[in-house]
Amino acid sequence: MSRLLALLAFAAFAVVLPFALSASNLTTATFVVIAAIGATGLNVLVGYAGQISLGHAFFLAAGAYTGAVLGGDHGVSAALWIPAAGVAAALFGAVVGPMALRLKGLYLAIVTLGIVFIGQHVLLNSPGISGGPQGRTFPPVVIGPFDFSPGQTLELGGLTIDRSGLYYYLGLAILAAATAFVRSLRRTRGGRAMLAVREREAAAALMGVDVGRTKVVAFVISAALAGLSGALYASYLSFAQPTQWNLNMSIQFIAAIIVGGMGTTAGPLLGSAVVFALPSVLKSLPFVPEEGTGGVSVGDLTSITYGVLIVAFLVLEPRGLVGLADRLRPLRRRSPAPDFTPAISLNTPEEAHP
Amino acid sequence: MTQFLQLVFEGVSLGATYALIALGFVVIYRASGVINFAQGSMLLLGAYLISWLAVDVGLPFGLAVLAAMGGLSVFGAGFHRIALRRVVGQPTFVLVMITIGASIAVSAAVEAIFGDNQRLLGDPWGSSSFHIGAITVTWVKFWGIVVAAAALAVYFSFDRYTRWGLAMRATAVDEEATLSAGVPVRRLHALTWALAGTMATLGGLFLAGFPSAPSHSLGDAALRAFPAVVLGGLSSPVGAVAGGMLIGVVEVMTSGYAPSSLGTNFYAVAPYIAMIAILLVRPYGLLGVKPAERL
Repeated sequence: MSRLLALLAFAAFAVVLPFALSASNLTTATFVVIAAIGATGLNVLVGYAGQISLGHAFFLAAGAYTGAVLGGDHGVSAALWIPAAGVAAALFGAVVGPMALRLKGLYLAIVTLGIVFIGQHVLLNSPGISGGPQGRTFPPVVIGPFDFSPGQTLELGGLTIDRSGLYYYLGLAILAAATAFVRSLRRTRGGRAMLAVREREAAAALMGVDVGRTKVVAFVISAALAGLSGALYASYLSFAQPTQWNLNMSIQFIAAIIVGGMGTTAGPLLGSAVVFALPSVLKSLPFVPEEGTGGVSVGDLTSITYGVLIVAFLVLEPRGLVGLADRLRPLRRRSPAPDFTPAISLNTPEEAHP
Repeated sequence: MTQFLQLVFEGVSLGATYALIALGFVVIYRASGVINFAQGSMLLLGAYLISWLAVDVGLPFGLAVLAAMGGLSVFGAGFHRIALRRVVGQPTFVLVMITIGASIAVSAAVEAIFGDNQRLLGDPWGSSSFHIGAITVTWVKFWGIVVAAAALAVYFSFDRYTRWGLAMRATAVDEEATLSAGVPVRRLHALTWALAGTMATLGGLFLAGFPSAPSHSLGDAALRAFPAVVLGGLSSPVGAVAGGMLIGVVEVMTSGYAPSSLGTNFYAVAPYIAMIAILLVRPYGLLGVKPAERL
């Protein structure tokens, strides 16, 4: 019961948040929400199925450029190109997934690294799709009467929602659906199969789990969510260059799930909030210089911070923020009577606690 | 024909440097099963350290190189002690992610400390060269091959003929058993990381040589050594050398001969494509051995 209340409270908080934030903070929050969709996907692949993938940026790009080509070049409605972005990315996931069958652990990590580079190379050399090194514009979301183009606002019963707010709510809706889906995945056979593969692949195979199919499904789900995230992200940014979908982006998502807590439901959300809000938080710190005035740049400071965060969390609290919260839990509960352990016990422990 | 021979030389030179970098990976992997994603940023740090010591501090170049090697050794061993030793026994994924985190932090720190501008390496060779027939051999590249060969020879004899080398191989096979045989395993790991730091410095030195220069693209160049390691098989030093040479030659040949239909800068992704192709056929690399797992 208290869980449900907490969930409702959090949902209410999330819905009301845009009205309490300044414009720049709302932009950050929107990025966080959109990125969290991708992080949730990566959590399925890395947190549930235990596959190391550095290639997330590739799937984000796949979704983004699918949306761009369908929505921007062919004028397809957003109600179609957003799901299509997810589907296209999922198809790429289905292609990459089987590689995980042949390759174990570290080899897979390096191959996924290679996929990011190859993807960037293809994009840079396909100006028709990506606009070449200069980049291209991405279409705003237009679904029927809802127009997310720059400058558009939505009037809803006296409340004005600007463009950031519109993307925020759309992202939030998709994030909620994705999170619910991923959470319910754990209770299904497929989800438990992923956890089994993560723990001990040989044992899972012995139990009858179809390891190959499980891994491919994990890749497909992860890629699909990444595609949705990438499409929304690019649409919100409205302009992007092929070099943005790089290893750094992949690592940001990995950082998000590590900091948040791998394999947990709230992990990707918490982690995204930390990692993707980091640049604007750092920018507002007093000792960080303005852009272009020399000294340590915000970009470098951001990178250093989340590099250190990754190392710190993995060394000190591998279960991430969720693990930290878990550790604090005994502090909150106060037992009515002190623990009483008699110095001499007449019963053996087994008899005392049947 | 001349161009072909010239490219072969360039390929061998680049390959030698990649072999050196790849060996740095293999050394760590053989001793602890960890792929050190931070090798690239250690290389970057090494190159910048040499540059700083030789150009800004004014040390003689040889001394600068030695000092940088020492510095990176300390850094490597220190990193192992601070971060990795505490997570002994955790799954490989955790260890790998720690090195990735360190890699980001170090690369960004180097950029923050040294700024964005290109620097001079401070080496005495510059762009000087000599000629063998019609091929232009730059001194930097020549010394790159010589030093790489020497370093590899030193490592191989260390591995084969000394007790520490034997201990390293034993640790890779079964750490607990090695520990109970009386080997100071922790010191061994520190030594391994120090060695890797040294190799990273040397690799950085020659990657940053003419016509390149210490800059942040070095980190990306080092990432191309990954295919070299993987191709050759993560656990095989000979494989690292073979993989390094192969990747170096492939990269230079594609930059020379690739048709423009494959896109500009195809040579940057050619190593990865080659790697994926070979891995699909031989999942443990050309010379890698499928690890026997005890269930």
